[in-house]
Amino acid sequence: MSARFAPGDAVRVRWAHPPGHLRTPYYVRGKNGVIERICGAFANPEELAFGRDGLPTRPLYRVRFDQRTLWPDYAGREGDSVEVEIFEHWLEPGT
Amino acid sequence: MSDPGHRHHDLGGLPAGAVEPSEHDYALWEKRVDALLVLLGDKKRKLVRTDELRHGIESLGTKAYDEMSYYERWIASITGVLLGKGVITSDELGRKMAEVEARAAEENR
Repeated sequence: MSARFAPGDAVRVRWAHPPGHLRTPYYVRGKNGVIERICGAFANPEELAFGRDGLPTRPLYRVRFDQRTLWPDYAGREGDSVEVEIFEHWLEPGT
Repeated sequence: MSDPGHRHHDLGGLPAGAVEPSEHDYALWEKRVDALLVLLGDKKRKLVRTDELRHGIESLGTKAYDEMSYYERWIASITGVLLGKGVITSDELGRKMAEVEARAAEENR
């Protein structure tokens, strides 16, 4: 598997809202995070949803977001984070 | 949710109230729906994959999505996938439903 990103890399989730079956939650789109780990490569659920094989497999990452990045009015502790698994084609280099 | 790109089923981060943590019993038909999906999705058949099930649920329409129970959404989606693949036809299903309705009416008389 050739993965475009490595743990520790800053990434940004693409701001996109195509129709279809998307596994990238709305609340992380357009947000900056950091690669926490590479989960492996998996068939693409956006294709599986329509009865196709979803191949070739695509790298899936666990991406860590600062809660305050996602929710400006977040009232929890400083440094709290949330991790979301996101496919590579939803990620671009971040800041 | 005024942004049209924010789909109805995508609830993450929206106000939702407290989580109800208690276990509840499942009706027999709900257990059957669960078993049906396991069989339809097994390695031998691969007729309804998880993502097909989810896509069907997400495509139910907002009113149906809100009003249907968990397993009602499942069976609605499973039905749509099986119709789409020609495993069953609307005509077969319609006739069977009428048959079951008639039987239930007979039993309840």
